[in-house]
Amino acid sequence: MKTKIAAPKTRRNTELVLLVVAVAIVLVAYANVGLAVNESLPVDFFTLGGGFAVVAFAFHLVLRWKASYADPVLLPIVTLLNGLGLVMIHRIDLAPGSPDAAPKQLMWTAVAAIAAVALLFFVPDHRRLRRYTFIFGLTGFVLLLTPLLPGIGRNINGSRVWIAVGGFSFQPSEIAKILITIFFASYLVQTRDALSLVGRRVLGLPLPRARDMGPILIAWIASLGVLVFESDLGTSLLFFGLFVGMLYVATERRSWIIIGLGLFLVGAYVAYLLFAHFQERVSLWLDPFQPGMSDQIAKGLMGMAAGGMFGTGLGQGHPELTYFANSDFIIPSFGEEIGLVGLCAILVLYGLLVERGLRAGVASRDGFGKLLATGLAFSMALQVFVVVGGVTRVIPLTGLTTPFLSAGGSSLLANWVIVALLLRISDHARRPTTENEGRPENLGTDDTQIVNVK
Amino acid sequence: MSELTLTAIRLGLLALLWAFIFSIVSVLRGDLYGTHVVSKSSDRRGAPAAPARPAKPVRRGPTRLAIIEGPMRGGSLPLTENGVLIGRNPECTLVLSDDFASGRHARIYSGGDSWMIDDLGSTNGTFVGGERIGQGMPLSEGSRVRIGQTVLEVRK
Repeated sequence: MKTKIAAPKTRRNTELVLLVVAVAIVLVAYANVGLAVNESLPVDFFTLGGGFAVVAFAFHLVLRWKASYADPVLLPIVTLLNGLGLVMIHRIDLAPGSPDAAPKQLMWTAVAAIAAVALLFFVPDHRRLRRYTFIFGLTGFVLLLTPLLPGIGRNINGSRVWIAVGGFSFQPSEIAKILITIFFASYLVQTRDALSLVGRRVLGLPLPRARDMGPILIAWIASLGVLVFESDLGTSLLFFGLFVGMLYVATERRSWIIIGLGLFLVGAYVAYLLFAHFQERVSLWLDPFQPGMSDQIAKGLMGMAAGGMFGTGLGQGHPELTYFANSDFIIPSFGEEIGLVGLCAILVLYGLLVERGLRAGVASRDGFGKLLATGLAFSMALQVFVVVGGVTRVIPLTGLTTPFLSAGGSSLLANWVIVALLLRISDHARRPTTENEGRPENLGTDDTQIVNVK
Repeated sequence: MSELTLTAIRLGLLALLWAFIFSIVSVLRGDLYGTHVVSKSSDRRGAPAAPARPAKPVRRGPTRLAIIEGPMRGGSLPLTENGVLIGRNPECTLVLSDDFASGRHARIYSGGDSWMIDDLGSTNGTFVGGERIGQGMPLSEGSRVRIGQTVLEVRK
């Protein structure tokens, strides 16, 4: 008998059950908003709710077909987060004087899910992405800089991170984040041996050789450029943190983290001294209740305080009093209406999402897949930290979107694509090895081939 | 809508959220307790299946290759009947990113009663127990195979 390891289960049925629960929770939340605000089910309960469920279950079917060994909990978690975001955006729409953002967000959910499905179709193996390393890298950096172009760049709320083409605005840094993560992963897989060499020791800390400092300095200058010219601390922190995090994972050298943090603190301090709006952000971080300054953070804090432990209930608080209650400040909106208990649930969901991403990295058998999954998961974790830290006064407030929750098409699209990549990597990692190989029996008789040696 | 119903829905929603989280965590308990639990249960499931196919000889040999040195230290991969191909080529079962490994460096396959290893004409050689090997070298439990900077151990 073959000493056969029991074939790994695809676990698609587990996913289906979890997905049903996730959609049910979203529908309960949606009904809750309607019952609390209008004392009746929302008129479009069955059409909108059904539309949302169709998107989720269609995605599930695609996974059965195209990535049957993919991680079973990613899709349910993402569906729940996206659905809760939709419900909260809809709930803020109901407040007087608010824009109609929920239908747009639902449309973007469908677009994002279609993009993710397309990715699963066109990228049957994530290692193919390595072929386009430098194209991705270049496109990523160009996208990052497009908001600076006169004509299409837009300065919205003090940050120049938007482009607008024909009445259609988009945040290119969200897409750039994915492209640059692919680029970093591919680049670091090639160069990590050199980057992990040890040079001199300073205070017991083995430092890398001076000549290997080039890439981190370039990343630092690029992120400072974003900070200075686009005045966006969040994006800058995200990109530099992503690079340093991936560098650490690739080389196992703690010194990169210390160097990276040091460089970032120096850059941020210099920016603080030079730019008035950073000083404003920092002083609002230290004391959000100062008279005569923006009261956005203060309103968010008061909202969360009003929610208390269990929240006011969906539709029964006043999250709309905070500016950007459905995008940058959607976390305080949740804090107010579902309370600390509900907000913690959301944070745990993010934690599980990131854990599954890292897990896909651990299980992946190729270095590129490992680094890519880790980088994508880490970027999501960092983004949640920056957003939640900003609204809860752990760090100065910066404008980043909350993945899957915030109103905004570009962010939603980018995060669904990230999840599609994680699904692809986890599918590849869990698929039994025999299915990955071509015809292993014939290997001995294969022709000898010339292999390019680097 | 009465206050009571709304309160019930509000708390029910929170309870549902946390129930969802706990069901996810229970799906993932393999992660929490380590993969040993999974592999043991799959062994047990494999055992009763063995007598069902009496035609083939039962092998109780090693089932796993553990990576004990090199950049991927700590990982392991199952030994499967189709064989394990090791090398730098991305098509390999175990892809080594090591300049001292050849594209298709070595192959481990099942040869009758034991696992065998072939060096597939690699440039820098495959070493078992410190000696460079050629073709058809049998492996036993605890054998150490060195390829470039990576050392693999055959384990049960």
